[in-house]
Amino acid sequence: MPAAPISFSNIKRLFRLGVKSLWLHKLRSLLTALGMVFGVSSVIAMLAIGEGASYEAQEEIKKMGRENILIYSQKPTQDEQQTQGRSSFVLEYGLTFKDVSRIHSTINGIRVVAPAREIQEYVHFQGNRVDTQILATVPWYAEMRNRDVIKGRFFNQIEMDNKWNVCALDESVAKDLFPLTDPISKTVRVGENYYRVVGVLADYSSSEDEEEDSESQVSGATNIGRMYIPIATAQAQFGETLVKRRSGSIEAEKVELHEVTVKVADMDMAVGTAMAIRTLLEKTHNKEDFKIVVPVELLETAKRTQRIFSIVLGSIAAISLIVGGIGIMNIMLATVTERTREIGVRRALGARQNDIVLQFLIETVILAGVGGLIGVGLGITIPFAVTFFANMKTVITPLTPIIAFGISALVGIGFGIYPAMRAAKMDPVEALRHE
Amino acid sequence: MPQETGQRIPILELKEVRKVYQMGSISVEALRGITFTVKQGEYVSIMGPSGCGKSTLLNLLGCLDRPTTGIYKLGGQDIAKLNDDELSAIRGERIGFIFQSYQLIQQLTVVENIELPLFYQGWPEEKSREVSVRLAERVGLSHRLDHKPQELSGGQQQRVAIARALANDPIVIFADEATGNLDSSSGSEVLEIFDDLHRQGKTLVSITHDSGVAQRAERIVRLKDGEVESDKKVDKSMVEA
Ligand SMILES: Nc1ncnc2c1ncn2[C@@H]1O[C@H](COP(=O)(O)OP(=O)(O)O)[C@@H](O)[C@H]1O
Ligand SMILES: [Mg+2]
Repeated sequence: MPAAPISFSNIKRLFRLGVKSLWLHKLRSLLTALGMVFGVSSVIAMLAIGEGASYEAQEEIKKMGRENILIYSQKPTQDEQQTQGRSSFVLEYGLTFKDVSRIHSTINGIRVVAPAREIQEYVHFQGNRVDTQILATVPWYAEMRNRDVIKGRFFNQIEMDNKWNVCALDESVAKDLFPLTDPISKTVRVGENYYRVVGVLADYSSSEDEEEDSESQVSGATNIGRMYIPIATAQAQFGETLVKRRSGSIEAEKVELHEVTVKVADMDMAVGTAMAIRTLLEKTHNKEDFKIVVPVELLETAKRTQRIFSIVLGSIAAISLIVGGIGIMNIMLATVTERTREIGVRRALGARQNDIVLQFLIETVILAGVGGLIGVGLGITIPFAVTFFANMKTVITPLTPIIAFGISALVGIGFGIYPAMRAAKMDPVEALRHE
Repeated sequence: MPQETGQRIPILELKEVRKVYQMGSISVEALRGITFTVKQGEYVSIMGPSGCGKSTLLNLLGCLDRPTTGIYKLGGQDIAKLNDDELSAIRGERIGFIFQSYQLIQQLTVVENIELPLFYQGWPEEKSREVSVRLAERVGLSHRLDHKPQELSGGQQQRVAIARALANDPIVIFADEATGNLDSSSGSEVLEIFDDLHRQGKTLVSITHDSGVAQRAERIVRLKDGEVESDKKVDKSMVEA
């Protein structure tokens, strides 16, 4: 007894039939599919935005160098300053050259140490004046911190050894000082001293590196560009006591080194080495006047944050998918009731319960699938719009649309089964009599 | 003639068939021991007043329902023992239905409605399309193949339903008040098709409360209160006269 087998051609015919039945109520079908459209597109868009946000953060952290340990001098808190009972006019704190040599000699597996100090000053070229942060450092600083040299070069060891007056500029500083001309080999002035420009570095966008958390590169107000000079030159010219220009008051501080970058051989060693450095430094520093930042650790945190972010966004999106599914189920239940007589007729003409299940299930899958496809289209478009209008980075991983569409089809089947079963379980006699 | 009828195979056999509807504590006995046989090629009318159990009987005969007690055999097969899928298979292979309200599927065209039983029999599309087109021709609707049911008159819709009932080449056709919703000319068109089918040897069971319609058959079974009141041959010489 060959009853209608579940063959490919039958499924194809059932699909055509399903499309026809859905087409009979175009508006209703469209509205029902909309639930799926928004569910799927929100999954894709949310994940793309979340992925993009963390991608940027992770890229910045990677730029800080995964093998690096960054040690910053840090002004002790007011409390500590007072308990120290220092009444001296000059506040002395931070990292010293002694610290650097101690780190060098005590801790194994360190490749390079790049000390640096910061001096806030104006830099002049002809009529132009730019507020800048002078970073006195070592020749290998740029390479070690993954800074791109876009013009010329960073200063070198010879210049350092001879305490020559050379400098490299951040791109933003170079642009402000030399709006029209090429800065290379030009001479800029800081106070009484003149420096020859040897190179320009691509701007560095990091919020972790800067002490005064700079929010955006674009505004420029809070983010000060840097000028890099050999640390030996700086020592000769600036001494160690700095008078900081602060709004209203004047403060004097004595800081030997503002930052020290330590490079370990392998990124796996970074966290352990950082701990060793902390222990070492705590022996000689009796106040919290330094801060250690380990980019690898930050990266881990960023990744963890991203995971949580993805889970939260994913859950919201999943809920909207379920809401879409419930919408489909609701409409299918109404459809089944409305088409009770049709079901009765089909049963009288030889349809088995399974044939009825399949028929209604296919209709649900069409609704969910078409909704899902439109949702994939919309979901891929939204991130582009977000990138374009809100200037936010977005990343669509190729798997997301596939997964989102797959889930929508599954939701369609999941929420379609109950209405389809209800249709199939109807008593043919009752169904035929239904008004 | 009687001799010939005696030799024909029984298609429908009912023995002491009862049907009880249980509605809470109340039970309604819609059929109270029906016994009769319909043989191959017979054209039988079932008559009776409203509420006498005609539709209940037709549901049983059409394998849409099972008797509470008693035996019903269709083509020699005992229906009581079959499960839902097997009943579906019997309906799909051996039975053709014609309903008072046509019961066409609105979103399908004429030809698609006709081939529906074949779809559930797993026929390939081209073959079932071919058969359906031929049947549409037979009921005079070859110019309406791609129309939707609501674009047709009642008489045309009922003719589509007849074509659909013939699609699976059933061993018996059940008609429930087939002319009940039709004007007299459409009704007589339908009855002519029935006569035609009868002449070609189809077995037909037609339920009606219209004695004019009932007279077209060769035999009338009258029901009253769920029982067979009478079972008589129609005097053909009178009808044809
Ligand atoms: N599903 C049902 N539940 C309860 N009683 C029913 C049901 N179907 C029919 N009946 C009862 O069975 C009797 C016969 O009904 P029916 O077969 O519809 O008669 P007819 O078709 O001759 O008018 C009636 O008394 C009716 O009320
Ligand atoms: Mg009735």
